Amino acid sequence: MPSLQSLRRKISAFKNTQKITKAMKMVAAAKLKRSQDRILAARPYAHKMRGVLSNLSQRVNRSSHPLLQKREGKKIEVLVVTSDRGLCGGFNGNIARKSSEFVRQCETRGLQVNLSIVGRKGRDYFRRRAWPIRQEWTGVFDKLTFEHAIDIGGDLTDNFVKGTFDELYVVYNEFKSAIQQRVIVEKLFPIDAQEEFSAASTEGPLSGSYLYEPEEAELLAALIPKHFQIQAYRILLESAAAEHGARMAAMDGATRNAGQLIKKVTLYYNKTRQAAITKELMDIVGGAEALK
Amino acid sequence: MPGKILLEVVTPEKLLLSQQVDEVIAPGSEGEFGVLPGHCHFLSTLKIGELRYRVDQETHSMAVLWGFAEVTPTKVTIMAEVAEKAEDIDVERATAKVAEAERRLQAGGLPSEVKEAQVSLEKARLRKKIAERAKKTSQV
Repeated sequence: MPSLQSLRRKISAFKNTQKITKAMKMVAAAKLKRSQDRILAARPYAHKMRGVLSNLSQRVNRSSHPLLQKREGKKIEVLVVTSDRGLCGGFNGNIARKSSEFVRQCETRGLQVNLSIVGRKGRDYFRRRAWPIRQEWTGVFDKLTFEHAIDIGGDLTDNFVKGTFDELYVVYNEFKSAIQQRVIVEKLFPIDAQEEFSAASTEGPLSGSYLYEPEEAELLAALIPKHFQIQAYRILLESAAAEHGARMAAMDGATRNAGQLIKKVTLYYNKTRQAAITKELMDIVGGAEALK
Repeated sequence: MPGKILLEVVTPEKLLLSQQVDEVIAPGSEGEFGVLPGHCHFLSTLKIGELRYRVDQETHSMAVLWGFAEVTPTKVTIMAEVAEKAEDIDVERATAKVAEAERRLQAGGLPSEVKEAQVSLEKARLRKKIAERAKKTSQV
């Protein structure tokens, strides 16, 4: 039987843990609110941009801009978006599982796969397993700004043009609701007209000619890099909001579990205490009885 | 007259406007262009300027600072980096900005600084103009 003191210590330890998880939950909830507002605000813009791009990619000549090229996909790059911090439930685990699965699928098709990674957790995970990591960005989620998106989008577009990879997929958590995330695998390069078109627009196939102002090439040069920055920004925001949601849910669960443990141990503590008192009483009564 | 045309204005911060309108006049980088319902497909970059749209007899305006416009027969999508409705612009702040930009322009300095001052002056003047006009019309 454990001593009363050790039980008391245990209870207070659980209580401390509960305080921490509760505080983390509160912080996550506050951050979630902010990042949720941001992603909901940014979505329409990113969505419209994609609609325009997919309309465009159907009607312009693919050779008119280097970022519109379509090459025979031999080299594949997977951008894995994870968080910088842990304690957020299955958030990073789900991403890691999905991306490993995806990479293996590509490899069985005889494709060469490289990773670029956003977030400390994903970097650690894949580095431990010695996967080929081409590029990594950590610490972007502390203070997420559009600059980060420009940075990441710029790197990816540059490398696509240079031919470092022929296809780019992104694996990230999409923010569905405060308590729900969904792991998404999305193709970013090359821009696929058909698939995105059906998703982004409901107007049906377009007919007639398109007018451009200024010249087509000039317009594309302005529009397309922008598109990738916007998409990168959206993906980062999605992931940030999803992370806070996941953390909030995880910490809520942890707080509840700590509560249950405290209840259980307290009950046991009281029982033990009572048993000790009863035993002492019996001793006294027995002693008094013997003196008679 | 084939009815109305849907005008949507989005910025990275939010969906600013989504409304059926009769006419849109946008500041294209190579000159203003007007769009009526049934316009042919058209894609353009935008410069710093005023976007006007008409609903029935009422004309509204907003400041648009760079962006793109996509026009289809039923829809105009304005993707602006910054867009502000006339009634949301703070006239005093805009006036102060104009003064500040003018001062910076006078002070001169490196070519890049001068260029920056010119751009911010242009932006500030535009916002001031639009805001003041909006104020006047709302008072009348």
